[in-house]
Amino acid sequence: MEDYEPNIIGFLCNWCSYAGADLAGTSRIKYPPNIKIIRVMCTGRVEPVFILESIKSGADGVLISGCHFGECHYKSGNYKANRRVKLIKKFLEQMGINPNRVKFEFVSASEGNKFASIVTEFVEELKELGPLTLNLIQ
Amino acid sequence: MIKVIIDGQEIEAEEGQTLLQVAQSAGIYIPTLCYHKALSPYGSCRLCVVEIEHNDRILYHTSCQFPVMENLIVKTNTERVIQGRKIIAELLLARCPDSEKIQEMAKELGVVETRFKKKDEDCILCGLCVRICQERMGVHTIDFINRGIKRDIQPPFGKYSDICRVCGACASVCPTGARVVELTELSQKEPRPIFSDFEEGLTQRTAIYTPFPQAVPKIPVIDRNNCSHFLLGECQICVEVCEAKAINHEQEDEIIELEVGSIVVATGFDNFDPTEKPEYGYKEFKNVITGLQFERLVNASGPTQGHLEINGKEPEKIVFIQCVGSRDKDGHEYCSRVCCMYTAKQAHMVRDKFPDAKITVYNTDVRAFGKGYEEFYNRVQDENVEYLRRELDDPIQVVGNEEGVIVKAEGHPDIHADLVVLATGLIPREDTKELSRLLNINLSEDGYYLEAHPKLRPIDTFTDGIFLAGCCQSPKDIPDTVAQASSAASRVSNILSQKELEIEATVAKVDESLCRGCGLCIESCPYTAIELISIDRTGNKVEVAYVNEALCKGCGTCAAACLNGAIHHLGYTDNQILAQIQALGDEEI
Repeated sequence: MEDYEPNIIGFLCNWCSYAGADLAGTSRIKYPPNIKIIRVMCTGRVEPVFILESIKSGADGVLISGCHFGECHYKSGNYKANRRVKLIKKFLEQMGINPNRVKFEFVSASEGNKFASIVTEFVEELKELGPLTLNLIQ
Repeated sequence: MIKVIIDGQEIEAEEGQTLLQVAQSAGIYIPTLCYHKALSPYGSCRLCVVEIEHNDRILYHTSCQFPVMENLIVKTNTERVIQGRKIIAELLLARCPDSEKIQEMAKELGVVETRFKKKDEDCILCGLCVRICQERMGVHTIDFINRGIKRDIQPPFGKYSDICRVCGACASVCPTGARVVELTELSQKEPRPIFSDFEEGLTQRTAIYTPFPQAVPKIPVIDRNNCSHFLLGECQICVEVCEAKAINHEQEDEIIELEVGSIVVATGFDNFDPTEKPEYGYKEFKNVITGLQFERLVNASGPTQGHLEINGKEPEKIVFIQCVGSRDKDGHEYCSRVCCMYTAKQAHMVRDKFPDAKITVYNTDVRAFGKGYEEFYNRVQDENVEYLRRELDDPIQVVGNEEGVIVKAEGHPDIHADLVVLATGLIPREDTKELSRLLNINLSEDGYYLEAHPKLRPIDTFTDGIFLAGCCQSPKDIPDTVAQASSAASRVSNILSQKELEIEATVAKVDESLCRGCGLCIESCPYTAIELISIDRTGNKVEVAYVNEALCKGCGTCAAACLNGAIHHLGYTDNQILAQIQALGDEEI
């Protein structure tokens, strides 16, 4: 288990978190390379299917990160995403998957440091949870 | 309308006006001391006496109290009138020989010396102070007491008044300029002066004032928080005095809605308040001022007409302290950029005014970054300005002594100074956050507005059509601000000059064959860009969603909400994102 490296898929909104991740890069802030980022225009675009599909495709964790409440570029997309993530977490629990594998965070365009620390922490948490095994009906 | 003849000039007057009012409106000068436009006439100084011919009778009367009537022939400068005024001037001069205002008035009437025995009074008992307190302030703190030679002005029983509001109206109207009534004798309350914001609190202003000499529009404003009328419902003297009748206390704040194509945010900065750092002794010692206060002191139109004076004395030893509130690891971590150069300029100005002054600048790295800046910095150093370097973390303290203050900086000998100028940094405006939420633009970590890209898009924000200019984005000097502002202006004209606006292609698109017209997408759209329309589907009329592409900003929330997968978020379709997920999920690390 020592060299287990979790695979994280991140859905970042274009305006806050993606810019924040960009800032982490341009500021040369180090964070684990375990996260693979998919850019969406808004966290409101993230469908529940995307989260389930990510887990099904082999991700050990899913990070959804958007603007802080009240700062959404599209006014209210992050509120909708927040509600969806809460529901999908309940759903995952019922499926026997630890809901902590899905994380909803707020990172603004100026919070490069915060983004790096969130990813670092998430990787640590997933390492403790161990690899995700699914019994998929083929 | 009543016709009056004053000095041979026929003037139309309204009933109820006094002769003095009519004469003044026609531009005929009559000397007065106890008359005030906003107060009832009292006729105590008698200087406004005129010759009135009415029905073949001639009488001499104070014009401030004489109402206009038909068939009046008034002469304001006959021999007898002038003689009478001269006697009055002599009597007033004998009563108050030291009052400059009375001396001036007497000189104007041709009286230099009085023949009467001189007294030592400063009050001419004109009652202006009594009238303004009673009629306009509605308080009536003071009134006349006694009669004859014992007549005087006092609060009741000569004791401190409970009702006095120490507004200072009584002192402000005194015609002898002596401020006969001292506020400290009226009440034990502390008078609360109104400090001028523009003069950085170095002078006082009135409750109605022009913000600053170059204000656009150059129109006085009323300070509601300090105006007697708004506080107490009385006064309104300004209304009487304004000849254009331009003052309207009923005016309310109004919200003007403008439809605009673009917004430039140029809200500027606030100054760091050095009282947050008590070690500098700001406000504690009068010798410690900020850089901006220094600017006002050396400004030719400032409170001292450009004479650099502190406590009425020209400073000989001046210390400038840089980086006050900037480059502070516990507060504002950034460099404010402008302070190094304005300190150099101010040191140069001091040297210009006082060639023998001892000037010391405590600095931590001088950042002379712009064109010609390094050369200027070298020039100031050559002008015998001592630059001393200190570490920012090292303690520095300003303590007071009898003569001035002592600046104690670690690693340097103590410096006795009679003026300390703090180079205070720039901080984001207090309301930055509020405005950022209103305009939906981001803030960077230091609290200034965030540009879309630090190198390639330094004027844009993440919101289309909103641009940044000046210190609201980051601290800047004047050339940089002008450059950014010009750039913002050209970006705006770029948008406004186009007939059609180009929008992003990442909008939502409805697949009409899949849509079942449930309307979930309509509820999810923050821009009301979606509506239901009727279409013909194989002979049946059905309702389907329709996206207005001009209103759609392309967030994709509707695509996520659609139960049928009938809305495609162009550029971010389900298939595109799922393909990314599958590719990334399979990837081994």
